[in-house]
Amino acid sequence: MADAMLPSYIRKINMDQIITSYCRIRDNEVIVNDRLIFYQENIVKFAEVLKSVYIQEQIIYPKFYKMDTISKLGFLATELVLKEKVLEGYRPGAVGVVLSNSSSSLDTDIAHNETIKDRSSYFPSPSVFVYTLPNIVIGEICIRHKIKGENVFLISEAFNGKMLFCYVDELFTNERVDACLCGWVEVLGNKYNAMVALVENNRPMQGTPAGFKPLLFNIENLNLIMTRN
Amino acid sequence: MGHLTAEEMKPVYILNDNIITSLGFSTAENISAIEHDTIGIRSVNDPLLSPNPVMISAVNQDELNTKFAEVLLTVKKNVPPESFTRLEKMFIVSIHDALKGQEITPGNARTLFVISTTKGNVDLLENRYQAVFSHKRLYLWELGRIIQQFFGFSNPPVIISNACISGVVAMMTAYRYLGSGGYDHAVVTGGDLASEFVISGFQSFQALSPAPCKPFDINRTGLSLGEGCGTMVLSVKPNESAGINIRVTGAATSNDANHISGPSRTGEELSMAISEAMKQADLTPANISYIAAHGTATPFNDEMESKAIELSGLIHVPVNSLKGYWGHTLGAAGMIESVAAIAAMKKNILFRSAGFETPGVPVPLNVISEHHAAEVKSCLKTASGFGGCNAAIIYQKD
Amino acid sequence: MEELIEKLKKEVIEQLNLEDINPDDINPDSPLFGEGLGLDSIDALELIVLLEKNYGIKIEDPKDGKKIFHSIRTMAEYITEHKK
Repeated sequence: MADAMLPSYIRKINMDQIITSYCRIRDNEVIVNDRLIFYQENIVKFAEVLKSVYIQEQIIYPKFYKMDTISKLGFLATELVLKEKVLEGYRPGAVGVVLSNSSSSLDTDIAHNETIKDRSSYFPSPSVFVYTLPNIVIGEICIRHKIKGENVFLISEAFNGKMLFCYVDELFTNERVDACLCGWVEVLGNKYNAMVALVENNRPMQGTPAGFKPLLFNIENLNLIMTRN
Repeated sequence: MGHLTAEEMKPVYILNDNIITSLGFSTAENISAIEHDTIGIRSVNDPLLSPNPVMISAVNQDELNTKFAEVLLTVKKNVPPESFTRLEKMFIVSIHDALKGQEITPGNARTLFVISTTKGNVDLLENRYQAVFSHKRLYLWELGRIIQQFFGFSNPPVIISNACISGVVAMMTAYRYLGSGGYDHAVVTGGDLASEFVISGFQSFQALSPAPCKPFDINRTGLSLGEGCGTMVLSVKPNESAGINIRVTGAATSNDANHISGPSRTGEELSMAISEAMKQADLTPANISYIAAHGTATPFNDEMESKAIELSGLIHVPVNSLKGYWGHTLGAAGMIESVAAIAAMKKNILFRSAGFETPGVPVPLNVISEHHAAEVKSCLKTASGFGGCNAAIIYQKD
Repeated sequence: MEELIEKLKKEVIEQLNLEDINPDDINPDSPLFGEGLGLDSIDALELIVLLEKNYGIKIEDPKDGKKIFHSIRTMAEYITEHKK
């Protein structure tokens, strides 16, 4: 694992933000706020997992089918996070999205390359090419949830809780966001792994999903969510 | 709350920089070419890049190899030059040039390293490279690791891949991390290639102009792709011997939340980022000397940008897009164009927006039609990209 | 013509990833863009690729697409006229 970088010292222990809802999707299972909401032993194709979850959760968003797999994955994880904890009372510009992964959009890059590598059947497809950027998943999430704030996509070899925390912490510290979706959305071939967490300022009146004890927003808890079984 | 006031934020100075494009291998070469109205966008007939001839701004391959060999000699590295990809060579030559004469040491734990790129070594997907480089090289973190190792940076790079705003976001990230005291120095670099991959994709979007692109012009017909690299060296301490010191004083991003490839119809969201950056810099529209716009020359981008500039109260401000000289360099654009903007501030010159003849956006912008001398105290640099992302950053003279 | 219309419906569904739509849901005379199937600018470009890939018909000016891609029937008519 690439060693974490970032502030060689961290300015303060930030007690002001909490993770109010999260979702993790991997190994044919979907966990939302510590609860297993989907598990299928026999699915071998990742695309089937995505579609099954989409149908099980009764999401109606026809554009879903047009997305590439990384966007589908990030979209679904965010959908489940915000189903449990609705984004309320925020200005669109005060909500941010910070996502990361290892292979950027390589999965879709390979699909685009397939359409051009043979000169006798050279048919580059605009609907494939448009997804050959990792931040398109952020665009899809922003469109769906009317989010207009700070947005960035970061790349690291493996999940890097420190890198993610530092970037998001900076946004809260500089009052660029009041709430922020952050996480890891990785897809390459049949290998996938996603975690999306909603981080909010800890306001006294804030509700949290039933049965879920909000977690302090820090590196340890981000790593915990990523590895929890 | 942990909010840092403007007084608590450390100032972030630009110490040195570099640009590599079709117009040259240093900032000075590129700026001189612009002063002489040289356009780097040419028709290229290379079947390996595109089945049909295509207008692009390409970095001279032979010259790049020569420069790279010089760098290897200077740093006394005994490594085969062919073990580096074309983009890695560009990054290395660019960073090496920007670090020349600077006291910044990459090995210092308080030196931040930021890379922006949209596609990295994507050319390695092409058949001709399959047997030459390992598949691993396609990962952006592997590209980052190679550059990190070459210079001996003690910190792995923060890698930003956020479409065409990547370069501005990389600068913003360094500005924030230095400003909050996390680091003392930063090397920020952005690079991308005009590869078969991106050419074919933009062709499928019917977004490529048959002639060198004409930002903000009524007859604009799309963008011209370019390639290159831009690097800046930043510090929380000014360069005491420099006559003019330029600082980053504000930066923000936003999202249109409208469409993944079409920009906002109102420009409201780019304007949000501009207003926030100006607020951080404590500047009013009257204090902005110059706008270095994104100006891709696609019909919708330039239209959106003009609306955003109007919404921000900046239609009086001289504006240009430098993409008419070296095309759209994607993840490098924000870096390369920021370096050029800083050169314009140092020289107190506003450069002509190449390709612009007749106003062609709904808002009457003050597009710069001739190079001319002007007091350039501050500059707003903007960028927008696929995924609905927008970014704005402000550079100011001390 | 009717045969081509049925074939086109399937091709459009596949090319545009309209997984939630059956060929029978598409009225060959209804507009493809706007309300109907909720298609956008990327879909319009994608239909240009479809014509070229499946029928060898190249549309040089994307602006012509508006008329050609009005409905499945106008597409079928255009293909019949221009197929090589």
